[in-house]
Amino acid sequence: MTNSNEQNGVAGEDVVDEIDKFAELPDVPPKRKLKLSWVGRIASGIVIFWLVIAAVGPWVAPFHEMDMDGDDSFLDAHTNEYGTFYLGTDYLGRDTFSRVIWGARMTIGISLAATLLAYALGITLGIAAAVKGGWVDMIISRMNDAILALPSIMLGLIAIAAFGSSIPILIIIAGIIYGSSVFRIARALGLDIMVQDYVEAAKARGEGIWWIIRSEVLPNAAMPLATDFGLRLVFVVLFISSLSFLGLGVQPPAADWGSMVRENLAGLTYNSWASVWPAFAIATFTISINLIVDDISAKSGGSLAKKMV
Amino acid sequence: MNENTTEKLLEVKDLRISAYNDEKQEIPIVKGVTFDIYKGQVVALIGESGSGKTTISLASLSYTKPGLEFTGGQVLLNGEDMLTAPPLRKREIRGANAAYLAQSAAATFNPAITIGEQVTESAVLHGILSQEEANKRAVELYYALELPDPDRIGFRYPHQVSGGQLQRLMAAMALCGKPDLMVLDEPTTALDVTTQIEVLKAFKKVIHEENSAAIYVTHDLAVVAQIADYIVVLYSGEIMEQGTAEQIINNPTHAYTRRLMEAVRPKPAAGLGTAVGAEHTRDIPALAVKEMTAGYGGIINGEPAVTILRDINVAVDNAHVVGVIGESGCGKSTLARVMAGLLPPARGDVELEGVKLAGGLQERKLSELQKVQFVFQMADTALNPKQLIGNIIGRPLEFYHGLRGKEKHAKVSEILKMVELPPEFANRYPMELSGGQKQRINLARSLAANPEVMLCDEVTSALDSIVGANVIKLLTALRDKTGVSFVFISHDLSTVASFADEIVVLYAGRVVEQGPADEVLEPPFHPYTRLLISSVPELRIGWLEDTMQKREMAVGIAKSVEIKATGCPFYNRCPLGIDGTCEQKTPPIRTLENGHQITCHLTVDQLTEAEQHTQKILHGFEKLEDKSLNAGA
Repeated sequence: MTNSNEQNGVAGEDVVDEIDKFAELPDVPPKRKLKLSWVGRIASGIVIFWLVIAAVGPWVAPFHEMDMDGDDSFLDAHTNEYGTFYLGTDYLGRDTFSRVIWGARMTIGISLAATLLAYALGITLGIAAAVKGGWVDMIISRMNDAILALPSIMLGLIAIAAFGSSIPILIIIAGIIYGSSVFRIARALGLDIMVQDYVEAAKARGEGIWWIIRSEVLPNAAMPLATDFGLRLVFVVLFISSLSFLGLGVQPPAADWGSMVRENLAGLTYNSWASVWPAFAIATFTISINLIVDDISAKSGGSLAKKMV
Repeated sequence: MNENTTEKLLEVKDLRISAYNDEKQEIPIVKGVTFDIYKGQVVALIGESGSGKTTISLASLSYTKPGLEFTGGQVLLNGEDMLTAPPLRKREIRGANAAYLAQSAAATFNPAITIGEQVTESAVLHGILSQEEANKRAVELYYALELPDPDRIGFRYPHQVSGGQLQRLMAAMALCGKPDLMVLDEPTTALDVTTQIEVLKAFKKVIHEENSAAIYVTHDLAVVAQIADYIVVLYSGEIMEQGTAEQIINNPTHAYTRRLMEAVRPKPAAGLGTAVGAEHTRDIPALAVKEMTAGYGGIINGEPAVTILRDINVAVDNAHVVGVIGESGCGKSTLARVMAGLLPPARGDVELEGVKLAGGLQERKLSELQKVQFVFQMADTALNPKQLIGNIIGRPLEFYHGLRGKEKHAKVSEILKMVELPPEFANRYPMELSGGQKQRINLARSLAANPEVMLCDEVTSALDSIVGANVIKLLTALRDKTGVSFVFISHDLSTVASFADEIVVLYAGRVVEQGPADEVLEPPFHPYTRLLISSVPELRIGWLEDTMQKREMAVGIAKSVEIKATGCPFYNRCPLGIDGTCEQKTPPIRTLENGHQITCHLTVDQLTEAEQHTQKILHGFEKLEDKSLNAGA
C-alpha cells in the first residue's frame, strides 16, 4: 500500500487534482500468453522430430526402402558387409530402421496433403453454408450428413474399390471424408461469428460478403480451426494407416507405417519386432499431437475444446 | 436495527490479492482491504469496474477467479479463517453459511429443471434441510418475496417467469439454506427501473426478515442508498472511504466518493438538456419514420407474424437528440433497426432528408447507408477482437470516402482525438482497452462515416455511471461540433433527460407520449411516463419506502406487459384506466402545445387533475379515490 494517506476519507486539499488521479481502469488483467506445460513441450519435441525425419529421411536412412540387404527375414539387430541393421530386418530382409524413416515421409506426407485438402474443402463450403444460409446451407449440409453417416473406413474401401489405389486417389478420398468433419466445425464457427454485432455492423455499413468473410469471419475462426487441424491430422494418419493395414492404402514395395505393420504381422510368431516399430511410430506421432492440442485447449480455458466436439 | 448487530460475522483483515503476468511480475489487484460485517447488516462495496469490488466479494467466500492468488491477509467467517481452511472444509463452510447471487439470473438457472428443484438443491445437497423441509421453506420464501402464485411457482420452469421474478427466485435459492452471509453481485444492474424497484423492495424485506447479512456489490450509489447499512468505497483495490450509509450518503469526505455522487444523474426533470445551436436547424427532418409497423416473421397484408411496433411516427430534426425510452421488450431496439435498414418494415416509410428510403439494406444506396449509422449496445461484441483499432476506424473512411494510406492514417488520429483518445490507440486491439474506451471506439467507427444521424442503442447502459456520464458529455460535444442528429435509445430516463431534445416514450410497441424533452418530463404525464419517472432511484435514504406508497407503484409494479392489437396496451397497469373503454378502443392522440402528444383516453384536463391528486398523495400518503376521476370520463 503506497498511498496509505488516501485511506479512510482523508480528502485532498485540491479536489480537481485529486479527481484527475482516478483514471478509467482497464477491465481485464493483462492477457497471458500461451505457454505449453512440460508434457506439451515433450510432445512438440516428438512431433517436430517426426516432421524433420519425414523431410530429410531419404538422406539420413542407412539403406534405401527397397534394399533387401539383410542376411535373412525377421532378424534381430545385427551388422553385415552392407551396414548395421539397428532394428533388425523385415519379412523380406529389408532394414526396419530405414523403412520406418522412409515411411515417415510417406505416411505424414499423404496425411498432411489429405488434411490440407480436407481443410480447403471444409472451410470453403462451411463458411459458404454459414454465410449464405437458406437452401445453399440446406443442400451442402444434407450432402455432408450423407458422408458423415457412413463409417469412414467403409466409405474409403468402397471408393478404392471403384477408383483403384494410388497416392493421389488416397489423398482425395481422405480429403473428402475428413473434409466433412471440417465442414461441420467451419459452419458452426461461421454461424457463431455471423450473428456477432461486429458482423451486423459491417452489414449495416453495406460491406460486401467477401469482405465480411475475409476480414470478420476468417480471422476469428482461424485459431479454433488451427487447433482442430492437429486433431484432424491424427485421424487422417490413422485412417491412411488402417487402409494400408488392410492392404488397400499405400502399395508395396513403398514403405508406409500402416502397411509395414501388416506385412510384418507374421513375424510376431517368430518373436520379431518388425511390426512393432512402425506401430510405435504411429502411436508416438498421433499421441503427441493430441497432447499438444489438449494443452492448448486447457490453456485457453476449455473454450476451444468445446467448439471442437 | 436488531439485537444481533453487535456480533461480528465476517472479518476481512488486510486482504491482498494479486495476478501474475508473463514475466512472473506481481500485479496487485486488491491492496490491503480491511472491513467487518455484523450479523443482519448489509454492507455495500461500491466502485467502478476494475476497482476490485467483485474480487473482494468473492474472496469473502475464499474464492478467486483463475489467474488470481491470495497473497496476504485473513478472511474470518464466524472466527474461522477461510483462506487457510482445507478445500473440503471450505466447501462445507460455503454450503452451510454462505450464498452467492450472480448478476444474471437468466444465466444462473438451468432451463431444463423446475424452479423449485433448483431453489432447494443446495440446501438439500449440503444436508441442511430434508427435501420436504426445503420445499416448505422455499414456499415461505416465495411468499416473503411477494412472488405471484407462491404455492405453485416452484413447479414452473425458468422461462415461464419474468426477468424480475427470476431475479427474486435467485434470492430464494440463496436464502433457502438459511445462510449467514449472502453475496449479491450487481443483482439489479441489468434490470429496467420498474423491475429494479420490485426486486430491491423484495430483497430489502427478506434480508430484514431473515436477519441475514449481505455483501451488496454495485456501482450505483442510488441503489446502495436504499438497501445498505454500511458502505465501503473502493478504487483500484484500495478502500477510499468506509462508514455507515447515512454518513457516506449525506456527508462524504473523500474526493472519490464525491465524484461517484456527482455521477449519479439527477432525477429526470425538465430543463436538464442543452439547447441546439441555431446554425444547425433545417426545415426537413434528418430522419423520419411514418406510419410504420414492423415485426418478425412472414408478412401477410402488411401485418407481420409477430408485431413489435405499431403505427409509429417519429421525426428526428437535424442536430437534435431524440431519446427513446421504455422497458425492455417495448420495441426500442427494433425502431433503430428499422431506421438503419437492418429490419425492413412491414408497413410505412423511413425518410432521409425528405427522401423515401428502401426498407432493406441491399436496396439502399451507399450514400444513404453512410448517412445513417448504427451504434451497437455492447462494445465488447460490436468490435472485432482480431482487428486493430486503426483498422476498425479506418474501414468506414476507406469504404465510404475512399481514403487510403497516410490520408486515412491522419484521419484516424483525428477521429481518435474527437473521442478523446490518444492516436497511439490505433495500434491496439479492443481487448487492451477499458469498457469506456471500447465504447468510444464503437462511437468513433460510426463517426468516421461522417453520418447525418447516429442511432445509439443503449450505448451507456453497460457502463459505470462515471464512464457513462463521460460518454454523454462526448456525444453532446460531437452534436454541437458536427451537427449530427442522435436517436438515443435507453431505459435509463435520467441519462435521456440530460441529453435529449425530444423524447419518445414507447410502451408495448406503441408511442404513448412524445414531444420536446422539457414538455414530456413536466406534467401532465401519460400514466406510463409517470410510472417510469417515479421508478428512477434517488440518492436519498428512505426513497424506496416513500415511493412504494405511491399509487402508480401499487398498480404498475410487478405486472407484466401485454401486447395487444386493440385497446390501450397499458390498461392492465394503469392507475387511471377506464373500464369498458381503455381495453377496447385504441386511445386517441391528444396534442398539447409545442407538438407534445399523449396517447390516452383521458383528456389533458383529466390528466392534469390526476397529477394534482398525485401530488397530494405524495405529501399525504393517502389513497386516491379512482372512481371520482373515472366518472368524469
